[in-house]
Amino acid sequence: MDGLTPDFKFEPKHYKSDVNPIWCPGCGHYGVQAAINRAFAELQLDPAKVVVVSGIGCSSRIPAYTTCYGFHGLHGRALPLAIGLKLARPDLTVLVAGGDGDGFSIGGNHFLHACRRNVDLTYVVMDNEVYGMTKGQPSPTTGPDWDSELQPGGTGISAFRPLGVALQSGANFIARGFSGDLNGLTKLIVQGIKHPGFSFIHALSPCITFRPEEREWKNLTHSAGTGPTSEFNEASRRLAEDDGLTTGLVYVGDRRPYAPPVAPLVDTRTDLSQIVAEFRI
Amino acid sequence: MTQFTSAADTVSVAITGSGGAGAITAGSLLLEAAGRAGWYGLMTRTVGPQIRGGEAAALVRLARRGVSGLGDRFDVLIALDWRNVERFVAEIPLGPQSVVLACEDAGDIPEKIAASGALSLTAPFTKLAEDIRGARPNIIALGTAAALVGLPEQAMVETVAATLADKGVSLEDTGQAIRAGYDIGLQLAAGHGAVAALRLAEEAGTGAGSDRWLITGNQAAGLGALRGGIRFAAMYPITPATDMLEWIAPRFGAVGGVLCQAEDEIAAINMAIGASYGGVPALTATSGPGLALKLESIGLSVAAEVPLVIFNVMRGGPSTGIPTKSEQTDLNVALYGLHGEAPHVVVAPLSVEDCIFTTQWAVHLAESLQTAAFVLSDQFLGQAKAVIDRPAETDLGTVRLKPTDPQAGAYKRYALTNSGVSPMAIPGMPGGQYTADGLEHNERGTPSSQADDHHSQLDKRNNKLEGFEYGDAWAEIEGDADAEIGLVTWGSTTAPVREAVARARAQGFKVRLVALRLLAPTRPALLAEALKGVKRLLVVEQSHSGQFLGYLKAHYDLPAPPQSLRHPGPLAIRPAEVCDVLRSWS
Repeated sequence: MDGLTPDFKFEPKHYKSDVNPIWCPGCGHYGVQAAINRAFAELQLDPAKVVVVSGIGCSSRIPAYTTCYGFHGLHGRALPLAIGLKLARPDLTVLVAGGDGDGFSIGGNHFLHACRRNVDLTYVVMDNEVYGMTKGQPSPTTGPDWDSELQPGGTGISAFRPLGVALQSGANFIARGFSGDLNGLTKLIVQGIKHPGFSFIHALSPCITFRPEEREWKNLTHSAGTGPTSEFNEASRRLAEDDGLTTGLVYVGDRRPYAPPVAPLVDTRTDLSQIVAEFRI
Repeated sequence: MTQFTSAADTVSVAITGSGGAGAITAGSLLLEAAGRAGWYGLMTRTVGPQIRGGEAAALVRLARRGVSGLGDRFDVLIALDWRNVERFVAEIPLGPQSVVLACEDAGDIPEKIAASGALSLTAPFTKLAEDIRGARPNIIALGTAAALVGLPEQAMVETVAATLADKGVSLEDTGQAIRAGYDIGLQLAAGHGAVAALRLAEEAGTGAGSDRWLITGNQAAGLGALRGGIRFAAMYPITPATDMLEWIAPRFGAVGGVLCQAEDEIAAINMAIGASYGGVPALTATSGPGLALKLESIGLSVAAEVPLVIFNVMRGGPSTGIPTKSEQTDLNVALYGLHGEAPHVVVAPLSVEDCIFTTQWAVHLAESLQTAAFVLSDQFLGQAKAVIDRPAETDLGTVRLKPTDPQAGAYKRYALTNSGVSPMAIPGMPGGQYTADGLEHNERGTPSSQADDHHSQLDKRNNKLEGFEYGDAWAEIEGDADAEIGLVTWGSTTAPVREAVARARAQGFKVRLVALRLLAPTRPALLAEALKGVKRLLVVEQSHSGQFLGYLKAHYDLPAPPQSLRHPGPLAIRPAEVCDVLRSWS
């Protein structure tokens, strides 16, 4: 930001843009947005050096609601776009945000490989167990019996379990927060951004329009009550017993983040004479 | 620029064998030795899909002067064995003047090959190889090939020795193997007039002593990409594009670049878009099936105005098609495959050598115009290896327009400017924060579904491409200014058409050739000018349906109703096919 005085401190409001969200009043995503802004402020991140990348869906509208750089890309493709950006510009803080359909269904393959690749990103998935923007179809995290117009009587398919999949895919930072628990979610996002490598934060975020019963999450979510484990088997055990509403940091591993051998240099060493010489007969 | 070559100046050698027999190795070494001896040449390959144990043919054309395509037929076919040869016999046309030389234990000459009327001979490649340490039949055959075409024995020995030294074969043993094969060749030439006629005539004007390169089209494109400033690349492995980035990967270390092998085609292109958004010129490489998967993302690059190069090496399609063989049939998808209205750039290299310039130009256009630029290469160009004169270096620069001092709140990423290009802030620039968006947006980048924003942004994205000055590079125009016969072609088909034009002109025809390098945006006024005075028009392409013909008819005012000469891959367009049409017109 221009004209900052030496004692200037970023506050959450400095990350909030003047664009009005399309979200319904009471949507959980407001809480996630507030937690992200608070986390940025806590870390005193310069908005010009932060990029918020998203896909498509209600929650993926979030980049324009920040004062950071943003990329509102394609449905399901936020992670690879963010990975390309971070590999090209390791100096930037890159936060990826999106929903359950975007991240686990159309973008499912990218989720597996982002966990595996371990590039230094923070991925916040706002899970409301429904496709909201298209007016209420079941998502991969929707339970099998949820009745909808497209799938009367339910899908009959058990819900996707993102934390377990993340663990098995090699993710090194796995957490769950709740949009209604601003302090808890803010803390997880701060830890996620600080964590070197890929950090996955599953943020339960009710859709009050198509899943009004999710209002009850404020009474049903509960803290794990224990700190994170760095033991894979222990994390597996905890996630096997997980009821899907347990919040907190589950697992932190120490796998090295993926970084390319050299960072790209633009407009600098353009002398290709050595390379060209190899073609000479 | 590659010179015209008439058939008499060249000799075409096909070396075939089952996978592992070393046909491709022999072909490569023959080309390299020819290069060392001061000759020019080109080698393309035709292989089956098998990793090992399939069939393979090295198709080599040698000349004293530059050569950029295949000839009408092969002068000599050397068969290490006959296994599976029927799978590509159609790609190796032979005539009564041709010579077929098979290993003597290969069995009977296949009927289809015998039917060509070629002189059929045998040689003891396997038997000789058994008696020489480290020798293999393909190396003996290579010695014979060198003798047949008149390549100095020494150049052949040096080239092979340099390669076999890594495998522990001594110079003496290599020399003995080549000499054994060479002697067979000399004996055959002494005994058969048709064999003696294979020898390329001695003449002045070889490239000996000049600065010449041995390069494949995919390597050339890699060099063009580096020269253009590409410093990020991502891809999912796909034939026949992979070797382009396999060439770049180890060289990125030297220039400062990052290559990422993605989990799929869509991830690859989105990685490239992310890197480019971050200010690093980026490319993704693919082939037809991968291109189809990338289309939605290319639309994002156009809408969000993020510079991007899509390097597409065409192969036979649709679906998985013929992955290892060439066809010019991704033209329609490159031109029309994007949903909505998404103006973008499509360019195509016209020769192996031109892969350098055209790819570099694509980077320049993508960066200058903040849009997606396709390069349509093909398997023939990409995997052909050629001896060329050192190409001229072109400095196009990389010119992405950036704001100098963007002011937070006032900066408009998608500002409506006269040129249509608006300064693009790069993350890290204070005050330049904006959200790149595939949603339609207003000048600030805020999503908008309003009619006037949609209309003005469509105008902007179209006008920046239409108003750009593309210079002379849009096409290569050759031949007679007063010609009444015109030929229009594109891509790898340019080489045989060029050769046909040269032959026709040598016979007194007045002919003009326009080979389009810039396919989108279309330049109808320039083509009309280039074809002024033309009364008969021939359009040449390697496709079944005539995609290029349809494109020309749709977008250009042609001076005469076009006649189409076309067939699908993997059969190459031959110069004689073009000459036959021209002759029929006289």
